[in-house]
Amino acid sequence: MAKAFALRAISVLSGDDFWRGIVSIAVFLIFWEVGSRSQALFGVAFPWVSQVPPPSAVLQELIVLVQEPSFWISALLSTLRVFEGFLAAMVIGIPLGLAMAVSRTFYGITFPVFEVLRPIPPLAWVPASIIFWPTQELSIAFVTFLGAFFTIVINVIGGAQAIDVRYFQAARSMGSSTWDIFRRIILPATLPSIVVGATVGVGITWAVVVAAEMISGGGSAGSMGGAAGGGVGFFIWNSYVGGSYTQIVAGMISIGIAGYISSAALRKIGKWLTPWLSES
Amino acid sequence: MSVQPVALRDYSAVPTQTPRKGGVRITDVVKSYGAAEAGVLAVDHCTFDISPGEITVVVGPSGCGKTTLLNAIAGFHSISSGSIYLDDELLCGPQKLKAQPGPDRIVVFQNGALFPWKTNIENVTFGPIMQGLLSRAEAYEKARDMMADAGLRGIEHNYPGEIASGVRRRVEIVRALMNDPKILLLDEPYRALDSLTKSVMHEALLEIFYKSRVTIFFITHDLEEAIFLGHRVVIMTTRPCRPKKILDIDIPHPRDYSVLTTRRFREFMDETAAAVHEEALKAFTAGEKEH
Repeated sequence: MAKAFALRAISVLSGDDFWRGIVSIAVFLIFWEVGSRSQALFGVAFPWVSQVPPPSAVLQELIVLVQEPSFWISALLSTLRVFEGFLAAMVIGIPLGLAMAVSRTFYGITFPVFEVLRPIPPLAWVPASIIFWPTQELSIAFVTFLGAFFTIVINVIGGAQAIDVRYFQAARSMGSSTWDIFRRIILPATLPSIVVGATVGVGITWAVVVAAEMISGGGSAGSMGGAAGGGVGFFIWNSYVGGSYTQIVAGMISIGIAGYISSAALRKIGKWLTPWLSES
Repeated sequence: MSVQPVALRDYSAVPTQTPRKGGVRITDVVKSYGAAEAGVLAVDHCTFDISPGEITVVVGPSGCGKTTLLNAIAGFHSISSGSIYLDDELLCGPQKLKAQPGPDRIVVFQNGALFPWKTNIENVTFGPIMQGLLSRAEAYEKARDMMADAGLRGIEHNYPGEIASGVRRRVEIVRALMNDPKILLLDEPYRALDSLTKSVMHEALLEIFYKSRVTIFFITHDLEEAIFLGHRVVIMTTRPCRPKKILDIDIPHPRDYSVLTTRRFREFMDETAAAVHEEALKAFTAGEKEH
């Protein structure tokens, strides 16, 4: 186990991609640091970058922040909302997409409505959803749900409709019932598209939850309570109001990291669910 | 248990042991797509027999409608008129234009249709398990035997995407045979393979045929392949497709690749090449007009 881990670590460390990644991040950080200190260093303000606090200051801020429980409460709140919205989008979106792909009648009835609602940006739903739902929490979760929902449904429909007709013919010849065909052909054949939809969808969910928190004032928990638990979006907004630019950037970076972790986790799960796609 | 003690290539010893099955009679079959007058005629009054226990090969230019005929036998598409019988039972006819697909007629598709999300052995055991003929354990045991027999040992738990396309085609034929079909319907199965792999596949197919004695209906546009494999070769006209020439290939089975250089083989090639070329030319000029 330990040996396998060591071997893997060595193969990662000796890979070109790993070092390219290190160089890419390092160059980015140096550019940012120098750019934001350009006024002091060269006497000339570098456009845009000089307005942003340097990474060293952001890092210091982050080190302070991770020791504060309120930061983690914000992160947890946003994560929960993402999770709720995303889960609901999967639970409702996958069966709906499959039903739309399988039944021409159902598709004919639902698709036009779906296509009219789909282009509406999730954030445009925020005011309406605050009116519709009894609590702030539910309205944020609903908007988050919408962010992932349409992407997942569209991917499921696309995946299921693209299934090669020969698979159905072969299965039918070999004595499969309609249920067998659904369970053993349609479902596994659509799985790769479901994984793609979920991976893309969870990214959108993070984008949406933060904006929804900003607009709605962070939900019931943090309406007046400063950074004490309105979610990461509210935390950033609050930092802006309070004039702490390092906190703004620190908040942004934590969203980036959270989004990256979510997508990476889903990719991992996806790989495990579709072992036939990994060439080895 | 699956390999007979009889020498594998002793063709004459096997035939009368079991009653042959899988004979197909195609009578006056017409298939047109679209409305009657504006429609495109794909198959035009087609009549010929597929003899049980033999390999019947249909040769014709690409897009001539030969696959339409195969789909009608398999039950994937309907016919417009005429009738098709399997061992004297009606598959489709005037009252019932579309046959019911079933495990007695299994298709091996042009680009292969192994389920990519199932391992090779899961693919091979799919039919018997679906039909409830064998338990999982029994199906796996039979599959392992048959795969070993076809030289497919060691890839049982790989996915189809992990093996070479020639091997994939062999797995698919084993998957078909697991259903104990009366007739195997092969739709240009070796089209995408290079000629070296192809020659290996031909001998492998013949070997499977000598062992199983299953009736084979084989579609191709490769004349050499047709004469090498077939007891009977049906040369089709270009769209709409109709038999232009039917040849009984009297080169004795079992055959192997030395047959290709014999005089008799060349004679068959000479006799048919002109007819096939003529139809290919017609198909080509028709295609030019369409575009």
